[in-house]
Amino acid sequence: MMPVEQAIENLTPQISIRNLNFYYGKGEPALKNINLDVFKGKVTAFIGPSGCGKSTLLRTINRMYDLYPGQRAEGELFVGGRNILDKGVDTIGLRAKVGMVFQKPTPFPMSIYDNIAFGVKMHEKLTRNQMDDRVEWALTKAALWDEVKEKLRQPGTGLSGGQQQRLCIARGVAVKPEVLLLDEPTSALDPISTMRIEELIYELKREFTIAIVTHNMQQAARVSDFTAYMYLGELVEFGKTDDIFIKPQDKRTEDYITGRMG
Amino acid sequence: MNETSHVSSKFDEDLSRLRSMVLQMGGLVESQISDAIEAYNTGEIASVKSIVETDRKVNDLEKAIDDDCAHVLAKRQPAASDLRLVFGVSKIVTDLERAGDEAKKIAKGVRRIYEAGHMPIQYGVGVRHVADAALNMLRQALDAFARLDTSAAVDVIRADNEVDVEFKSILRQLITHMMEDPRTITTSMDIIWIARAIERIGDHAKNVGEHVIYIVEGRDIRHPPKEDVA
Repeated sequence: MMPVEQAIENLTPQISIRNLNFYYGKGEPALKNINLDVFKGKVTAFIGPSGCGKSTLLRTINRMYDLYPGQRAEGELFVGGRNILDKGVDTIGLRAKVGMVFQKPTPFPMSIYDNIAFGVKMHEKLTRNQMDDRVEWALTKAALWDEVKEKLRQPGTGLSGGQQQRLCIARGVAVKPEVLLLDEPTSALDPISTMRIEELIYELKREFTIAIVTHNMQQAARVSDFTAYMYLGELVEFGKTDDIFIKPQDKRTEDYITGRMG
Repeated sequence: MNETSHVSSKFDEDLSRLRSMVLQMGGLVESQISDAIEAYNTGEIASVKSIVETDRKVNDLEKAIDDDCAHVLAKRQPAASDLRLVFGVSKIVTDLERAGDEAKKIAKGVRRIYEAGHMPIQYGVGVRHVADAALNMLRQALDAFARLDTSAAVDVIRADNEVDVEFKSILRQLITHMMEDPRTITTSMDIIWIARAIERIGDHAKNVGEHVIYIVEGRDIRHPPKEDVA
């Protein structure tokens, strides 16, 4: 694996993954001994063929897998210095710190306003005015405010796919997380909506640490600072995106990003 | 360099077509240069016309290859070794085209000299020697590209020093001649232009060698500090 010049660039790990194994049940682990740092204020892209474990890894970071019995993770996974795989971890609190956006937009069946306010209410007591401000702030962060400010009381499901996805990002941002996990956030969107989301990622990394899973290699190259290539549950190569897409160190990475894999 | 096939066989075809077009272009430039040297040696200035004509073919190939590169970029968004190949090819054709221009300059210089009289015998050996060296560099550089052979590319880059040194020694000789006998100035100037063109061909061959190293290893070794060349 390529050494990352961490010291030179003054990078701080926001997420540190150490010797992580993940099991969907009995048998072979779906993630095998993953070691990786996701740096604060940077975008890290996870690429690899279907079934390589990149979404599994993302779902481990906010313990999404807890919702499914029989699934378990071994090893250590530090978010902001705390091992979130510990038994006593408050997973609801964790998921506020580590927000997630999925492949298909998943707006709640409620108004645009309430889509944002819903999550905030679970974690904070805000006055009416404060909540209005927070909703506007989150929608502005997600570059959606101008498009929806006149129709906040209308259902979120009435928005276009691209808008719905930005609504979901706004919902994730509204609780002021440290980390945003994006699991193929644009794979169901048209190219212009995709570009908007990419632009948004660029803006959001000023305030949040972002981990994105994508099947679109050019997207990974465009939006990320670091790229991790995974294959068959292993982390094959991790490095600066600029290096990975010009001169990857591992032939398996090279074969994948150049479209040579059968 | 990655020799594994792409999932898309059309992509493989596109890239191998690029490579073979570069070699075709390189072959034409080689023949331009060797014809120009031949004309210099023998005074057969009839070949000058065909050298100039070949230059048109070389220019057309340059444009065609660049166009193909643009298409590969637009359609395939190549990455890693594929990207370096396309990028490198686009640079190599620029150097080849310029080397072809230098061959044309040699040919025209030869024509001027022979039309004005004859080649003074004392100038022959040095120029012939440096011309062979430069042509050899270009052949080796193209060979290095065809085989994606970095050690051959390094040899080409090293060889450029010799060509530069010989060029300077020819220059010194000619300056002496001109000082001794001002009637030789016109011919001497033409020979200086020819020697200069040969020296430039060596430079272009060296550049091709550098591009080959970039394509294969992803290292950009242009403009290194003196002590760590190659």
